[in-house]
Amino acid sequence: MKAVASLAAAAAVTLSFAGSAHAAPAAQAQAADMAAIKAQVNALKSEYDGKISALEARLKAAEDRAAAAEASAPRVTAAPPASFAAPTDAAPGEVIIADNASAEPVQRTSSPNAMNPGVSVVLNGNYVADSRDPAAQRIAGYALSDDGKIKRRGFSLDESEITLAANVDPFLLANLTISFGSDNQPSVEEAYIQSTALPGGLTLKAGRFFSAIGYLNERHAHNWTFIDMPLPYRALLGRQYGDDGVQVRWLAPTPFFLELGAEAYRGDRFPGGGNDKNRAGTQTAFVHTGGDFNSSSSWLAAASYIHTQAHDRVTDGPVGPDTFSGSDDLGIASLVYKWAPGGNPVNQNVVLSGEYFYGRQRRTFDTVAASRDSRGWYVQGVYQFTPHWSTGLRYAALDRVDVPVLLRGTTFDPLGKSPSAVSGLIEYDTSEFGRFRAELTHDMSDRRSNDELMFQYTVVYGPHGAHRY
Amino acid sequence: MRRAILAAAAALLALGVSTPAAAALQVFACEPEWAALSTEIGGDKVSVYAATTGVQDPHQIQARPSLISKARTADLTVCTGAELEIGWLPMIVQQSANKKIAAGGRGVFQPTDYVKLAETPASLDRSQGDIHAGGNPHIQSDPRNMLPVGKALADRFAELDPANAATYHARYAAFATKWNAALAKWQAEAAPLRGQQIAVQHRSWVYLENWLGLHRVIALEPKPGVPPSSGYLAQVLEVLKKQPVKMIIRAAYEDGRPSEFVGQRAGVPAVMLPYTIGGSDQAKDLYSLYDDTLNRMLKALK
Repeated sequence: MKAVASLAAAAAVTLSFAGSAHAAPAAQAQAADMAAIKAQVNALKSEYDGKISALEARLKAAEDRAAAAEASAPRVTAAPPASFAAPTDAAPGEVIIADNASAEPVQRTSSPNAMNPGVSVVLNGNYVADSRDPAAQRIAGYALSDDGKIKRRGFSLDESEITLAANVDPFLLANLTISFGSDNQPSVEEAYIQSTALPGGLTLKAGRFFSAIGYLNERHAHNWTFIDMPLPYRALLGRQYGDDGVQVRWLAPTPFFLELGAEAYRGDRFPGGGNDKNRAGTQTAFVHTGGDFNSSSSWLAAASYIHTQAHDRVTDGPVGPDTFSGSDDLGIASLVYKWAPGGNPVNQNVVLSGEYFYGRQRRTFDTVAASRDSRGWYVQGVYQFTPHWSTGLRYAALDRVDVPVLLRGTTFDPLGKSPSAVSGLIEYDTSEFGRFRAELTHDMSDRRSNDELMFQYTVVYGPHGAHRY
Repeated sequence: MRRAILAAAAALLALGVSTPAAAALQVFACEPEWAALSTEIGGDKVSVYAATTGVQDPHQIQARPSLISKARTADLTVCTGAELEIGWLPMIVQQSANKKIAAGGRGVFQPTDYVKLAETPASLDRSQGDIHAGGNPHIQSDPRNMLPVGKALADRFAELDPANAATYHARYAAFATKWNAALAKWQAEAAPLRGQQIAVQHRSWVYLENWLGLHRVIALEPKPGVPPSSGYLAQVLEVLKKQPVKMIIRAAYEDGRPSEFVGQRAGVPAVMLPYTIGGSDQAKDLYSLYDDTLNRMLKALK
């Protein structure tokens, strides 16, 4: 009996032991969990306490600084310390700015294309219809360069341009414009370097670029006011003068706008040609000035002069190739007036411009020695009457040139005409970067007049370019 | 004759060159609000030229000759930045041949560099309209932004003109005190506007919305800088039927027709806000700019 009891007790002990052996680890684990949670909470608490007290300290500091600033506003010492990473620094009042705390750090990574130049592309497409064959169309009395002739009939891709531009270093910028004409040939339209850090308002430019003479000359085709250039530009400058050379400009430190400049060029482009000498074949000089009449209207005036030499310059005329050797001098007076209500051109604006050309060509036309004067002018106005829509009108004329009898029947024969043309324009812009235009020209420059209807789209994409005046 | 012309030209130039530059710093401010802030901080130590007025759209300004001649003599440009002036300022800076204000120099101060910009686009594509890579540049619609910008401007003035550094910092401190008082006043006045639903014409008010706790339901422009068609405005009217707004706000320089059109049909006041100094007759300086802004909005709420 005793044995049974002791056995039972042993069993009970064993059981209870086993039981307690079971129970004890569970309790221990719970306690450990609790401790861990407590520790975490404590850790969190102390962390937040730390954070809160830090924030309190910062707030206090900010308040103190604000109070100090307030207390001794005129004193220098109370002014906030100078620093450029300003926004996070507790400026007086900064505490209010909940929404404009600090800008998040920007991820700045370096990649091989980080220094790529800005690439912008211009696409142009035309549809042209003429009442007479444009290939035979001439401006009576003038030998035209290929660029000075009128556009081809039918659908055509007009000049498409790719421009790569960037700063070279802190002292230079560079610009390369490749254009693809309707003949599928790429050409370097502009390729120049320009100074950016010369003192005294000086700017130097070298390479190939459009001359700053006149008002329209320096503009690329996609920035012309009309689809084509006015008669005097086509007849006297081969549409626009651009060549290889150097340019200096000086902006006077006057209270009004006054810019003086001069250029020297190789002289290989129309109206020059065939220059292969040490000295520059073409020289130009120009003065630009302008200002505001009031907040709604402003003006620009320019006087320009270009002298160029031609040596056996050959142009394709309607009656065979023509040559010219000699000097060509041309003076241009330009006036531009712009109106925009309150100086806000978005909704409505008017641009009026006019230029007068006076030129003299001397020496040998084909084989005939001669000297002749040529005068021309144009006026044009474009009125943007509502956002995206504008309309324009242009009248251009050239005086009849007098030539010796020996030149009768050649391209230089004025045919008794004073060439003139009148053009109307309607333009719709989808945005600053997309444009559709229609232009109708009644051209009275040849024996019989030509009516020309042109449609054009122009788009510009790539970096946002700034617009010149 | 030639000698006379040359003498006249020389005299003219001398006149221009010797124009008295009594102030130490010549500041070219692109917008009236920054011109006013520059004057607050610089006082008579700076000579400030405001390139635009309150009724001009700062996105689209003609690079006029007068602006080029002013930029020629500037020591510092104070222009919003974040591409707001990208369509005209680079041309003026380039033609001004003034290396002090060329990009990257210390003569370029852009207020948007000193506040956190909202609405930074995730991707850049012109199909999105006239978006700004850096974010929404219209930071002046929240007057709180004048403090960090003003502080940084004082620092910049001091850096460019160390002789007057003390003045700039002191003037900033005085401005901050006055400005904080004005902010407190405005925030109290604007209490009824908190939580109100509004529509905007162009998205140029995000900072104002943040400041006053306004809730923008819709913009009348389908995409930034793209004027709405009448078809799009009809859709806007549908939205406004379901989510009524208290007012439609636009800047003084914007064409009022879209907001008037929608306002009339939805029975909601179309409110022209000065946007900047000079935008309304009442907005004569920095303080009255926000006074007038709040007045106009509170009046519309009644």
